[in-house]
Amino acid sequence: MHKIESRNVNFFYGENQALYDISLSMKENTVTALIGPSGCGKSTYLRLLNRMNDLIDNTRMEGNILIDQNDIYEKSTNVDDLRKNVGMVFQKPNPFPKSIFENVAYGLRVNGIDDKHVIEERVITSIEQVALWDEVKDKLKKSAFELSGGQQQRLCIARALAIQPSVLLMDEPTSALDPISTSKIEELIHELKNQYTIVIVTHNMQQAARVSDNTAFFYMGKLIECDKTKTIFTKPAIQQTEDYITGRFG
Amino acid sequence: MSTENKLARKKRMNQKIAFGIFTAISYSIVALLFVILAFIVIKGIGVISWEFITAMPSNGMTEGGIFPAIVGTLCLVFASMIFAFPVGVFAAIYMNEYVKDGWIKKIIKQMTNNLAGVPSIVFGLFGMSLFVNKLGFGDSILAGGLTLGLLVLPVVIRTTEESLKAVDSTFRQASLGLGASKWQTTSKVVLPIAFPNIITGLILSIGRVSGETAPILFTVAAYFLPKLPSSIFDQAMALPYHLYVIATSGTNIEKSRAMAYGTALILIIIVLISNLLANALRKYFGKKVKMN
Repeated sequence: MHKIESRNVNFFYGENQALYDISLSMKENTVTALIGPSGCGKSTYLRLLNRMNDLIDNTRMEGNILIDQNDIYEKSTNVDDLRKNVGMVFQKPNPFPKSIFENVAYGLRVNGIDDKHVIEERVITSIEQVALWDEVKDKLKKSAFELSGGQQQRLCIARALAIQPSVLLMDEPTSALDPISTSKIEELIHELKNQYTIVIVTHNMQQAARVSDNTAFFYMGKLIECDKTKTIFTKPAIQQTEDYITGRFG
Repeated sequence: MSTENKLARKKRMNQKIAFGIFTAISYSIVALLFVILAFIVIKGIGVISWEFITAMPSNGMTEGGIFPAIVGTLCLVFASMIFAFPVGVFAAIYMNEYVKDGWIKKIIKQMTNNLAGVPSIVFGLFGMSLFVNKLGFGDSILAGGLTLGLLVLPVVIRTTEESLKAVDSTFRQASLGLGASKWQTTSKVVLPIAFPNIITGLILSIGRVSGETAPILFTVAAYFLPKLPSSIFDQAMALPYHLYVIATSGTNIEKSRAMAYGTALILIIIVLISNLLANALRKYFGKKVKMN
């Protein structure tokens, strides 16, 4: 049984086809890394999973993507509910211009939760989940911009976790961070895997090897190969994959 | 002497000439501004007194003060902003956050630009036929304020649009990604971030509105009105029009010459104060949403 399943997905930006016939599945409580050179379509694919590409005009999608057996591109799908279930973390830390507390509470408030105790409890739990509590517990009312980049990114993860999604999408979450902050986020991914299904786009091959169970290699809009991370990095089936992970191109 | 050296010298020379010209132009613009300001200050400062800004005009507008014109201008600024600011901001939100790229958006954009290029006297005539006559507001602060509001609408729309565009799209995506609706995203995330810049639009419009003469000519401005307006359906005096009147068609132009400069000076001071105030507001709100 797959948590996420895509069948023959094609995607177009206007006339340009960005994804070709992608079929890819992910099991529950696993981390899947999407790797490949810039412009290979891995971010585009990631953004299909919470319908973020809907925001771009003149785009078209073909095929099916199922999450928990439900086709998320069906007319009957409520996009807001989908996005509540599929959280997203971005490349650059992007906390809202609000206090640390309100950043995490935001998702709860916009989804109609207004019980003070529930909000407080969920905010604290989420901040604890990302191992940020000790660093911010005394300044929850302070602006989120006072935090360091790494702390901001963990806050953004907490913000995504607060509304209790079951899938977490991460679009190069550490590319703007220093090595120490990066390793903290990677540790966090290890922890979160027990509760969430995680899909992470990364340019960093070592990161893919460190954090993921499965790795999918994209090239020029096509899914070249997807397998256990160990297999991909030790004996990939396809020459292109090997060339890429050994740094011969990309 | 090698050709290379010659070339280098020639390059340096060209550089010097170009920079010299640019510098001269920049300084002369600043100098020009100072000359204009100094001219008005020197000519006008003599009549500025407490009485001048708080008293009614008297003796055929050759004596007394310009109090009703100051109040009138402030009323008009206020009235026009109450109309133009929300309408302009909402129009810009609609254009930037809601309409998809396509011909509708292009047409609206083009129309907005065209509106900005319409001469202000045309706005005056339009205001007269629509607000004064058709809607029956008469010559009034309401009619004049709406006319001025229409005039600055493109400015408000354009600056608001630019401010919204400057908000990084990942903020929108992050908010929508949490299940927020488009309106929640716009009102709770995008607008607070864009707000300091939107204020700039307000500054520009206030400056524009307080100085315009043509649009108020047929819609509100009174030649002489020795009392303050008591409702939005009253006529009012206004600084730019008062200036025009006492400089060109007053009862004694020579005698009121100094008062004309005094009026101009007050007008400039009002614009200056509103700019400083709006700048302070922008700084204040800017700090609250400061980016890293």
